[in-house]
Amino acid sequence: MVAATWLWFLKRKRNKMPNQFHIQDWVRVKNGEIFNSEGLVFESSEDKLNPFLKAAYDCFKLEYPKFHKMDGLSKLGILASEIIFRKNKPTEDTALVISNNASSLEIDRQFQESTETFASPSLFVYTLPNIVLGEISIKYKVQSENGFFISERFNAQLLKNYTESLLLSKKAPEVLCGWLDLQNGEYDVFLCLVSKERNIPFSEENLRKLYCAENDKPTH
Amino acid sequence: MKKLYLLDDAIISPLGFSTEENIQSIREGDSGLKLQQRPEITENPFFTGIIDETLLNQAFSEIGSSEKFTKLEKLIILAVKLILDKNKNLDPTKTALIIATTKGNIDLLKEPGGFPENRLKLSELGKVVANFFGFTQTPIIVSNACISGGLGLAVARRLGNSEKIKNAIVVGADLVSDFVISGFNSFQALSTKACKPFSKDRDGISLGEASAAILVSTEKPEISNVISLIGDASANDANHISGPSRTGEGLYKSIQNALKEASIFAEEIGFLSAHGTATVYNDEMESMAFHRSGLQETPLHSLKAYYGHTLGASALIESIITKHSMLNNELFASKNFGELGVSKPLNVIRENQKKEINYALKTASGFGGCNLALVFKAEKK
Repeated sequence: MVAATWLWFLKRKRNKMPNQFHIQDWVRVKNGEIFNSEGLVFESSEDKLNPFLKAAYDCFKLEYPKFHKMDGLSKLGILASEIIFRKNKPTEDTALVISNNASSLEIDRQFQESTETFASPSLFVYTLPNIVLGEISIKYKVQSENGFFISERFNAQLLKNYTESLLLSKKAPEVLCGWLDLQNGEYDVFLCLVSKERNIPFSEENLRKLYCAENDKPTH
Repeated sequence: MKKLYLLDDAIISPLGFSTEENIQSIREGDSGLKLQQRPEITENPFFTGIIDETLLNQAFSEIGSSEKFTKLEKLIILAVKLILDKNKNLDPTKTALIIATTKGNIDLLKEPGGFPENRLKLSELGKVVANFFGFTQTPIIVSNACISGGLGLAVARRLGNSEKIKNAIVVGADLVSDFVISGFNSFQALSTKACKPFSKDRDGISLGEASAAILVSTEKPEISNVISLIGDASANDANHISGPSRTGEGLYKSIQNALKEASIFAEEIGFLSAHGTATVYNDEMESMAFHRSGLQETPLHSLKAYYGHTLGASALIESIITKHSMLNNELFASKNFGELGVSKPLNVIRENQKKEINYALKTASGFGGCNLALVFKAEKK
């Protein structure tokens, strides 16, 4: 009885808190490793982008032929969202809010090079950072709010404010948000699913902590 | 959700270096599109709306030194400057800066022109603009294909609604670079004529370059006639990354959500500013989505034949023109419109007309399957 009252009090208190949203799940992809809330879920001896993506594709049995025609940024986005969405099936209205530093510069350079001979339409189509949002939408049949932002570095304040504004205005019941950067072959990915489901409180501080946890570790 | 009030604005384009000049050109039926021959990119001639660099540098020399800034930066700075000049009391340290662009300084990839490599980065573009005026908040940069400019307005409203910002300057800009010409040409998407939105003989887009800026606020201004954003929604087609959904799925959904948020019916929309790029598939898709939404009778236009497709700037320019159409009770013709060439009926505006509009809808669609709908309301005394 005492415990029940205490739990009721805590819930009541929590409900009154301004922060009513939680990081339901998250994934981190960097330096040949993939982490989520359960710990290290994949590790590759190859940390170079393509061999790493291939090994992860096989390990997680993605079985998605479209994956192979995508650029690196979209492949990373599909891989990371698969790890979250496999456990947490998205709704049709799950919003996608992703940011990075390099925009689509990695594929921009490849397309620019192709223009010296024959400009490649299959490269050109990926020369926008939000294409990955389209790829995620297609794979998971999500017809939702999209927003791609560019920041110099991981901007927890913007991600938190914008994600929260979508949730508060009920434009989306949950949001997949985070950071998806690829430049000079180096990848840095952190995605999280934000909803009302109780877990880690959704705050700038917690976003920063989860994003930085991996960065603080010694690199191999 | 709170309203977002649309205050002073500026458009820098081949049609002029202020909103007034732009509107006068549209009123007179002028187009910024001119024939280009670039045999090294394509054997076919094509049309583009390009801003004369000499004129640009002349205008810019009054506020800064031309050689220190890229063409795109100068376009953005000029547009923002016009707004700040009209709003001397606006404190840049308390004003958010939202920049919408698809490709930023992408022309530097081919010709760096003495600029450091990091100038290619959109975050650097944001810094250059912020530093020029002394904006202290980190600029918010939206890069979401061809809905970017309109999405910038939605972002301002959404952050304003949760009281994260109050006043913001939203600016949209993109260039006609060899990069995008080559890309659209590789898609065989460039028209050999000046583009002809919604027409039977349309055969692709014309590209254009421009910048536009607008001051927005969640606080109602003390003026008698004002336009506000009262509904906004985006939705992805989840269908294809480089082509629109055949049924206009995402556009239809975004229109429904925006109307719902604005609490109005489709019949109340007095004017529709369409995307109308003049590709076969885009215009057809729009007609499907408008028909499904019950907007087939609503007067609509596309401004692409005046400007060309200005990518990340387009939806913002078109929102600004819509704002002035509403304020002046004046609808502009859809230039280069001939015989209707989409499978669903549409009420394409053939000649400029006077009409009072209480509500207007702006839509946009882009690569990656993204779509956007914005509902504007006129409050007049």
